[in-house]
Amino acid sequence: MIEILAFEPAYWLQTLIKLGVVALVVPTAALILGYVFLMKMMSFMQSRLGPMEAGPYGTLQLLADGVKFLQKEDIFPRRADRYVFALAPVVVLVSTFLLFVVLPVGPDAVVSGLDAGLFFALAVASLSVIGVLMAGWGSANKYALMGGMRAAGQLIAYELPLVLAAIGVVIQAGTLDLNKIVLAQATGEIFGWGAIGNPYILTQFVGFAIFLVAVQAELTQPPFDMPVAESEIVGGYQVEYTGFRFLFFFMAEFGTAFAFAGIASVLFLGGWYVPGLDPASGWFNLIGPFVMFIKIMAVSALIFWFRFTFPRLREDQLQKLAWKVLIPAALLNIVVTGVLKVAV
Amino acid sequence: MSVTEREQRAFIAAAAADARVNVELETEGMTLNIGPQHPATHGTLRIIARLDGEQVVAAEPVMGYMHRGYEKLAEVRTYPQVTTLINRIDWLGSFANEVPFILAAEQLMEVEAPPRAAWIRTILFELSRLANISLFLGDMGVQLGALTPVFFAFRDREFVLNQIEAVTGGRFHPNFDRIGGLKDDLPAGWIEETRGVMVKMRNFCDELEDLLMGNEIFEARTRGVGVIPPEIALSFGLSGANARASGIDWDMRRDNPCGLVYDEVDWKVWTHPDGDSFARYWVRLQETREATHIVEQLLDGLPAGPVMAKVPVIIKVPAGEAYVATENPLGVMGYYVVSKGDLGPFRVKIRSASFNNISVVPWVMRGVFVPDVITILASLYFILGDIDR
Repeated sequence: MIEILAFEPAYWLQTLIKLGVVALVVPTAALILGYVFLMKMMSFMQSRLGPMEAGPYGTLQLLADGVKFLQKEDIFPRRADRYVFALAPVVVLVSTFLLFVVLPVGPDAVVSGLDAGLFFALAVASLSVIGVLMAGWGSANKYALMGGMRAAGQLIAYELPLVLAAIGVVIQAGTLDLNKIVLAQATGEIFGWGAIGNPYILTQFVGFAIFLVAVQAELTQPPFDMPVAESEIVGGYQVEYTGFRFLFFFMAEFGTAFAFAGIASVLFLGGWYVPGLDPASGWFNLIGPFVMFIKIMAVSALIFWFRFTFPRLREDQLQKLAWKVLIPAALLNIVVTGVLKVAV
Repeated sequence: MSVTEREQRAFIAAAAADARVNVELETEGMTLNIGPQHPATHGTLRIIARLDGEQVVAAEPVMGYMHRGYEKLAEVRTYPQVTTLINRIDWLGSFANEVPFILAAEQLMEVEAPPRAAWIRTILFELSRLANISLFLGDMGVQLGALTPVFFAFRDREFVLNQIEAVTGGRFHPNFDRIGGLKDDLPAGWIEETRGVMVKMRNFCDELEDLLMGNEIFEARTRGVGVIPPEIALSFGLSGANARASGIDWDMRRDNPCGLVYDEVDWKVWTHPDGDSFARYWVRLQETREATHIVEQLLDGLPAGPVMAKVPVIIKVPAGEAYVATENPLGVMGYYVVSKGDLGPFRVKIRSASFNNISVVPWVMRGVFVPDVITILASLYFILGDIDR
């Protein structure tokens, strides 16, 4: 076994490196997703070119936008709850940062490989609800309040199918550790044939579908974008935000999309593993990030494809979908998975 | 700040409705101003909505933010100058605005446009309908959260605008219609190009039928939302596709073409029995398709001859009164022209379709949810210039 990245820096240095990595990954992820999907894929689907001026093929457009946001005035509405209003985007962004803490991109290439990694990821993902509620309440704006309330109702409703869909994988893998879930898929076999491992999308396709739908709702993207619905409540909880606070929301939205696509590819697509190689090999610490990136982009393409295609559901229709379709389907999936796990 | 009487009345009505709700549910109402600056009003329409949670208890449209006083302005202009103004009323289908006014003036002067002019008028009238309604077909998607269809609408509408520009020289404000005929004849090669554009527009309709109208979420959002029964539609004076979607078989093109040549072509008036938002979308989609067939038939039978009748150089319209209404893209548009024998009209009353169409809002928006407010507004389809004039 070749030991790559097998150096042991001091604890404080390790912490600094890890902080730096997470702090770099979120904006980079937001930039990549924003450029590739929001700007280019959406434009091509809509028979236009998108940004073409800033940098080659407009690659630097989002950087230019970011600089523009930083130059803007930081406006507080007169009757806003100042501290709540100022803190809300930070809370949302922190939830995104925490998501990346447990996301493995190699056997050792993970910021913090927790035993209950999946549990941690799903728990911190729901932190953003608090930030969104704070933004809706603190803005002292009726549209923002409606957006915040819609977001709270929606995120709570879709937290459940998200968790339930992941439980099928947990039952099959027998662990909550994200890295062990990857290993379980890498060493798995399909009817005794182990050439490509056993990515759980083959057995947990119901779970994968439910997970993607719930992620779409968690990210408040169309068809579940009522909390921000531009044509109804004019941006919802984001309506009063300007400058870098708005940038925080933007980064959190795309950063979270990236993280959720990462979790989905870990749970269902085999994570950093490539078929044909030894999963115990240290080389995966080097090629793992690239493999993960490709898989994340594939899942993100799905997520954003939905976003640009579908109209928006109504609030009550969304709740009906969650409670009457997704949750029963997820429960059934758990029962079937459990029975098969015991029987086979 | 003075409060207008209308706002006062809206407030009292909302307070009364509030009191009823509060007694039942013990909740506090909220007044939400949708507009004047709101993306769904595509202009400056304001809707005072009294909400109970997300449910609308009372809604009152406030208009007049874009009032430009065309009726008054028309009084200090000569007849040829008026068309420059009035094609800014419904800015998406601008040529169609000129036609009823010119027809009314022609009626007073007792001149008749030569057949070729009448046919080209009808063709351009239908092209403005295509330019107008195709944008609605895409815009409805944006209002419901689907971002993509509107770009297809803009893409294909461009071809229609190019054809209008090729004839009139103006994409948005053609100012091409004259008393006694048209300014110019069609340019060379235009007829063949237009046939190609009609095929493109039909493909566009097919595309949207697949992409948007067939979508389950779209159906869930529009079916049964904002139902207007026929008797209500009649009593509020709804016209155009809004009335036809409520099952009222009324189309001025067929019932009273007055000067336009719709009786020369074989076409169908589409109606839908449901009266909901989906029906309004469906009817407009069918009408767009029908318009392409009308244009193709008109191009086939286009007669030869002059495009201008003999009219004096300085136009003086004899004293009298005339009212001409045509089926414009948004609904029935009529001009009541009173002349005292001068160079310009003494008084012009404009009956624009959107003003009446939007008046049904307080009736239809009771008890709907906030997202449905947007659906209903989008499906009623108004142009702000057409409301406020």
